[in-house]
Amino acid sequence: MSQDIHDWGVAETASQIAAKHVSAVEVAQHMLQRSQQLADNGAFLSLQVESTLAQARAADAQIESGAKLPLLGVPIAHKDVFVTRDWPTTAGSRMLSGYMSPFDASVVQRLAEQGVVTLGKTNCDEFAMGSANENSAYGVARNPWDASRVPGGSSGGSAVAVAARMVAGATGTDTGGSIRQPAAFCGITGIKPTYGRCSRYGMVAYASSLDQAGPMARSAEDCAWLLEAMMGPDLDRDSTSLDVPVPSLRAHLEDPREGADVQKPLQGLRIGLPKEFFAEGCRADVLSAVKAGLAELEKLGATLVDVSLPLTELAIPAYYIIAPAEASSNLSRFDGVRYGHRADHFEDLVDMYVQSRSQGFGPEVQRRILTGTYVLSHGYYDAYYLKAQRIRRLIAQDFQKAFATCDVIAGPVAPTVAWALGEKSNDPVSQYLADIFTLPASLSGLPGMSVPVGLGEHGLPVGLQLIGNYLDERTLLHTAHHLQAVTDWHLQQPQGAKV
Amino acid sequence: MSLSMQELERIAQLARLRLEPQEAPRMLDQINGFFELVERMNAVDTQNVEPLAHPAAVMRDVALRLRADVVSEPNARELNMQNAPAADGGLFLVPKVIE
Repeated sequence: MSQDIHDWGVAETASQIAAKHVSAVEVAQHMLQRSQQLADNGAFLSLQVESTLAQARAADAQIESGAKLPLLGVPIAHKDVFVTRDWPTTAGSRMLSGYMSPFDASVVQRLAEQGVVTLGKTNCDEFAMGSANENSAYGVARNPWDASRVPGGSSGGSAVAVAARMVAGATGTDTGGSIRQPAAFCGITGIKPTYGRCSRYGMVAYASSLDQAGPMARSAEDCAWLLEAMMGPDLDRDSTSLDVPVPSLRAHLEDPREGADVQKPLQGLRIGLPKEFFAEGCRADVLSAVKAGLAELEKLGATLVDVSLPLTELAIPAYYIIAPAEASSNLSRFDGVRYGHRADHFEDLVDMYVQSRSQGFGPEVQRRILTGTYVLSHGYYDAYYLKAQRIRRLIAQDFQKAFATCDVIAGPVAPTVAWALGEKSNDPVSQYLADIFTLPASLSGLPGMSVPVGLGEHGLPVGLQLIGNYLDERTLLHTAHHLQAVTDWHLQQPQGAKV
Repeated sequence: MSLSMQELERIAQLARLRLEPQEAPRMLDQINGFFELVERMNAVDTQNVEPLAHPAAVMRDVALRLRADVVSEPNARELNMQNAPAADGGLFLVPKVIE
């Protein structure tokens, strides 16, 4: 073995375990130990050593009995918005402190059916609302490239755990960029599939018309392994689950595109560059890394074409109306009666609701509930909520116009590299503005991906965003895999991966 | 337009939240700061554009569906109640509602 266990990716870990070079228990013990040694980075909210080892022992027993499952024995971390039976689920909120789910989320269950062992639950912004992981009620997570900087959010803990080699892969959720942006900030690979590909059953709800699960790992190939296991119809449990067949994502990743040869495996791929993504709002260091990535894709045979997404800027107000509106409705379930925090002292039933909710929810969650309640209230519904939904349709239509002339859209994931802890924590609008490049695909329900393309200012990672048309996750993963076959940006190790 | 403190308080009441007096002015400023961005939406003509509530509605060949109204989950009453802040005999306890 040329590498340490923690340097193996998902696919490599699976094959080492299947070949019995190492047991699932040995891998789990090694990763648990690292996770404890690196605990200061705040990646994990919960490790339950005995539960993880019990799953690993079960995986080893399956291997002994000859079972063949693609991910048998591979430890994976779950963002703490996926409910799990054997680990508490808090969604980063005081409201759900100590909550134990009676069932596993569909995504968790699907991965378990493919042999995955759960390593632990990762830190995140409260109810997945945030872009820096600073809204977690359980403390910040730190960027492994620079511990004084944010890891991005809301799936910040998952990004940190993967980048710091505490785990080879993790689940995340992406409502407005919460997989892609932390993946970019931490120099890893992450993909949000088409809305409806992954079941939302057992995902603590934030904004239901936008929430979507996806994997985060160090390579596109590993993302393909995980995403293939995560996706698929869940028709009885999620009314928005897509009833469409799931293609194999890991098969033929190495093959050139149809009609292309091995020298130019991406020959024929048209990559659209929206001019609004390359405008002055994006920092020079980010642009130069993104362009370096695009130049590699050109060398592989892809052609770059200009496209336009004219309403890009308006994705910000549209999203920050629609998502809080849905959140205000979803979070009304937290009433201190059936589950969640209940205040110790109150006067009557209404006061119990008020006290419990005011104590249980943090400031950003309250801000979004208030904004959402306002835009849905009588007299403002048309002017704000319906207006935002009309703009949402125009944004989705603009993408379809762009896809008439290209196969994939590319640009930066975020306008800057990771910012300093505390820098934007008192200025929510400045954080909203930083989501500009991820929100359009979210509003449209399109699959989007972040792929590392080198380092920008302060030696911090930059992510190239690839956006595909509906149901076309395969082209994203195929393109990213070929980029990673000829570059080593995704193999760079941060300082924070050293024990 | 900007939101007044009275309106914010009314909304908080609807949302069953209480604004701490020392936090309320900042919350109001932050929400109003966001609504400055929102005003930019008015520059776009959206007459004759149908609101889009759900992305599946713009995907080709994908339809939203209804499922049969049948029980699909097992009865897990005890498990479901284990997270209740106050319960007794399989019932959720709440403060007295009717005198």
